[in-house]
Order: sequence, then C-alpha cells, then structure tokens
Amino acid sequence: MTKPNRRDMFKLGAAAGATLIAASARAADTAPAAPPADNSWSDSLGRPVDDRPYGRPSKYESSVVRRYIPWLSPTRLADASFTPLQDQPGIITSNGLFFERYHAGVPSINPAEFRLMISGRVKKPLLLTLDQIMRYPSVSRIHFIECPANGATEWPAAQLNSLQLTHGMIGCAEWTGVLLKTILDEVGIYPDSRWVLPTGSDGAHMDRSLPMVKCLDDCILAWGQNGEALRPEQGYPLRLVVPGWQGNVNVKWLRQIQVGREPWITREETSEYSELLGDGKSLGFTWVMDAKSVITFPCPEKPLTQGPGFYEIRGLAWSGRGKVKYVDVSLDGGVNFQRAKLDNPILDKCMTRFTLPWWWDGKPALIQSRVTDDTGYVQPTIVQKHKFWGKDPVYENNSIQTWQVLADGKVNNVQLS
Amino acid sequence: MSSSRKLVAILLGGALIATATAWAGDTTTLTPPGQAGDHNSPKYYKGIVSQKDLQVWRAEGDGNGKLAQYKPATKIGYYKIGTTPTAAQIAGWTIAVPPSGQNLPAGSGTSDKGATIYANNCAMCHGGFGEGANNYPALVGGVGSLGTPGPEKTVGSYWPYATTVWDYINRAMPFYAPHTLKPDEVYSLTAYILNMNGITKSAWVADAKSVPLVKMPNRNAFNWKDPRPVTHNIACMKNCVSASSIKITSNALTMNLTPRLTGPVDHMKGGK
Repeated sequence: MTKPNRRDMFKLGAAAGATLIAASARAADTAPAAPPADNSWSDSLGRPVDDRPYGRPSKYESSVVRRYIPWLSPTRLADASFTPLQDQPGIITSNGLFFERYHAGVPSINPAEFRLMISGRVKKPLLLTLDQIMRYPSVSRIHFIECPANGATEWPAAQLNSLQLTHGMIGCAEWTGVLLKTILDEVGIYPDSRWVLPTGSDGAHMDRSLPMVKCLDDCILAWGQNGEALRPEQGYPLRLVVPGWQGNVNVKWLRQIQVGREPWITREETSEYSELLGDGKSLGFTWVMDAKSVITFPCPEKPLTQGPGFYEIRGLAWSGRGKVKYVDVSLDGGVNFQRAKLDNPILDKCMTRFTLPWWWDGKPALIQSRVTDDTGYVQPTIVQKHKFWGKDPVYENNSIQTWQVLADGKVNNVQLS
Repeated sequence: MSSSRKLVAILLGGALIATATAWAGDTTTLTPPGQAGDHNSPKYYKGIVSQKDLQVWRAEGDGNGKLAQYKPATKIGYYKIGTTPTAAQIAGWTIAVPPSGQNLPAGSGTSDKGATIYANNCAMCHGGFGEGANNYPALVGGVGSLGTPGPEKTVGSYWPYATTVWDYINRAMPFYAPHTLKPDEVYSLTAYILNMNGITKSAWVADAKSVPLVKMPNRNAFNWKDPRPVTHNIACMKNCVSASSIKITSNALTMNLTPRLTGPVDHMKGGK
C-alpha cells in the first residue's frame, strides 16, 4: 500500500489517517481508504507510455525474487537460486524468476560471435551462426525444466521451512527453437551414431551424454523463452531443451553438438548427477524427472492469515514421462484423498495447475498433494523413497510434500512416518 | 568457447601447427572425428569398459536397436544452410575425452611436476593434500566409505574413469581460469591426483596411452541402466493408512537452517 501523502491526510482527517495506516498492512481486515475519498493514484497522473521501455513488476512485489541457500555451495559462481513458486499464479514461470544453476557463472555472449559446431560421427559436419539456426523450420512448446537436486535438502529430513527453497529449482516456459532432429537429419547420422554430447561455452564447458533416440524425439535447440530471447541466465543465445529430463542436460550457451558411438562419461554424469545408494552402488544415467506435485497455497511463505473459512488449495504438478492425469489432495496426512480439479492446458512434460476448495475449520491439518501421470505412476512418500534410494542420494527427490497447518494458520514443512 | 575460438584462429592462420596438434589430438595417426573408423569405436574399449556396461550404453543410446529403423525426414544438407567446417575447426571445437581415450592430445606428465602446478593453482580450494577446503570438493580419500552412513565421494573413491579426471581438469579447471592449462600440465595434475589417491605410483607417466588404462577403484559400482519405476503405488483414496500410525518425524521449523524469505535476498550471517 502506498504511504499516504500530506494532501490525503488533510482530506481524510486524523481518524481516517489512522485507518489508512492500518490498511497499509497487506490483507489487513479493515475498510479501504477509498471511496469516498480518492487515493493519491486516482486524483493525479501516472507515468507516461514507454517510461520504462522494458517493464518491471510493481514495487510492492519486491519480495518476489529468486533466493538461494547461502550454506549450500562454496561459491555463488557454481550455485543455484530458486523460483518463488509461492508467488507463481499459473503454470508459466516469469523469465526474471526462473531458477538459476551455473557451474562457472553466467557468460556474456555476443550473438554475432556465436557458432554452433555439429560434428563427430555424422556424415556431413556443419557450422552454424545463430541467424542460420533461426532459418530452419521451428517449433514452440511449453515444458518445465527441473534440477534433479530440487528437494535435495529434504532427503534426510524436513530441513528448510519454505516452498521456494524445497521445490523452487523448477521453472516452466514456452521454448521456441529448432528441433534437434531437424539438424541431425541435416548432417546425417549412422546406425551406430548412438550418443550425442551437447557442450556449453561457459567456463565449465558443461557437457552431458544423451542417447540419440531422445535427441531424435523432442529435444529443441531453443533461442526463445516466453516471448523474448533466452535470458543470459538461461543460456543466451542458444540452449538445448530436453523435455522432462534433468535440468543439467538442458545444456546452456551451446557451442557444440558432438555425435559418437559411446557416451563420454563426463564429470557431470559421474561425480555429480549420479545417485549413491545406501549399499555403496550408484546409479548413472537417471535422466527422467519422475512425476511430482506440491501445494503452493497454503505453504510456509503463504500461511492462512484470515482465520477459519473458505480457502482454495492451489498447487502445481508435472511429470517428465508425459502428462498429469490426476492430482489428489489429503487434509489428514495421507489417510484420505480427494481428487483436485486440473486447469487446462494439460500438456506433455509441462506444469499443470490444480485446485481444491477447502472450508477450513481452524483445526490443525496435514495437507499433501499426490500426482498420478499418464503412465500410471503415482508419486511416492518420502518413506517409500528412502527404501530404494537410501537416506541421501542427493538427487531425484519427488516425494509427497506434507505441510503442517497449525490452528493459528501458520504452515510448516514436516515429514511423516 | 573463447579459447577454442582462439585456437581455431591460430589454426586458420597456419601458425603453430605443433601446438594445435597437441591440443586437438594426434590427427596424423587417428581418423578425424566424424569419419567411419574414428577412434571412438568398440575395439578401443577392450580392457577399459566391461562388456556389460558397453551393452547397456549401446541399448540406451539406440533405444534397443530402434536407431537401425530410423528414417530421416529430409536428405542430408536439404536446407542448404550453414558452412562445412574444416578438419582444423572440428578439432578445435572437440575437446571431450571418453573412456577410450579418444582425443587425448600428445604430451605427458608426472606426479612430481603435478605437485608444483597443484600447489600454485588448486590447493587454495582443494586443500594441500586434496582434502578439500572451505566447502570445495575433496579429491582424495573416502575409499571404502561409500556404503557407510558417512560416504565421502572423491576422485579416488567415486570417479569410475581416469579419462574423466583429465577431461574435467582440461575443460573446467582451474575454476577461476578454466581451459587455460596446457596438455602437459593437465597430464601432470592427473598423475598427481591419482598418486595422492594411491591409484598410481609416483614414477607413473600420464599420457594418451596410459590414462585410459588406469583402473579406478569404483569403476564397476555404477549401474548405467535406470531401474525406475521402483515404486508401484495405486492412487488410494480412502483409509490409505491408519491415522494413528502417522507421526511427525521431522519439522523444518526447528532446524534453524532457513534464510529469511521476505525483503532483500538474505545472505545469512557467515554466508558468502
């Protein structure tokens, strides 16, 4: 709320001024300051057209920003920040709020100097400029990208009292670009061109081995994101989008697509992004992000502030294997579930929004959401996850989230037996 | 990209061919990448990658033989866009080294030489003995710890192939100046790190032939075939568990680990 200026105070008088100050606490249950008196924005002129040639959110939304966990990584040059899902109304993540993950900082790339090399076990290698890549037939599709470490802190126990920091290493955007298949057809592959190595041009020269069959399916060499060029944080000028698969394989700031017979077994598919199980064995190549859902309202950042009564439970669900089929919501810690309403569109490897009306009686509750995807896979509990994956494999935590709603409306992140 | 682009510029300028060859792999003896018969073929994996792992990789890559039936939508070069790169350009761009050792450059290094390079470029983050410092990763130790409640993942205990050590140092290290080391320096650092882990002897010489043959302790502990789904729930709706069995086992409120979530970004006291 705007701070009342002297003229407002004069018009309204001292008593009304006190009301105004009370109303400045957001969501306070007091009468609005206007009408009958106009607020300051109603009896004056606003800013002119193109005052901000690149727009920005209201200053009252300044708390809605990416945040990070300061104790997680030794340097912010190789760290992650999290999308504020508690403030994301629908399925699209704003470009300025899309989570970040870098291994050597964000490079600044002049698109005129950009080149993409397509080489290795192909019949006719190709070197392309950005303008040349943009001439090929293109597609535009909405997909989520989720870091496999999303929820990593929550493997051993409920640790962070936040939706943003437990689930925010995900974003969902409209990606525009050329299908990788189009370019692979253009260079020609052999029957034993089984593997593809996208490599980034950042200092990490980030690279991951990908099976050719996935690359010929739905992968996109993307330059567009939600109505504008990719943000530098998302790989400007060109990134790979590998729908439904671990975030890190969606290589940013691309410099090369190399084709070969066998995988390269890079550092990022051995030391990192592999799961050490309890028995000392490890899983390599766990690319697909399994189905997951979470209630985004209420949550620790968005408690119930207006006492018992009607609220709408809201949340997001997704699956790296296909579409969301059902989302079920429990109010009693997983004893009983009710089917939530899904909002259109329901797209492949894309966030889906769900809602459930709730007349809260003011009593403590343990609320959960559980997604079923169109392969029939049902989101597991953390207890089930621990049975196969061990106590702390770091990655691939897609367990059911439990929010504890207290009688005062506050919400905590808890885990159940 | 910058260093590779610089390299390509050097190559195209026709100068320093010897340096370029060192960087790009011994192209006089190997078929250039992309040609049938290049070095990335099955016979080069003999004695390095197990038959079982090779079979899994091949099935993953070609979708259990699906690739043999693949029909491209267009002919090669159909759109007539872009340029055909020169062999020198391809070599400049191509830095990845798979377990076969393909693309390892000429040159060599020893643990002794590596110790000096390490002290000057690496120890400030990874510690004087590879033990890690200030939350940067440890490179040494942890063998035998992986199946215990306190696993230590290091190069020695966890990484399955020594080629990955060479490749990662070459592409991404030192952290503040990535991809600036010369091949001999990368070989020397590889030798030093493997020696600190007791995997190679101090007299061992790291080069294109020897690095792929190093047997890393954890090589055969990776399952490359994704076992999922590993849970097979049904979407139960009523009386799914008994209400009395539900106990709260942990509560993030009591952990005191959460940064402030409103106002400016909270770097936490003692954070970076």
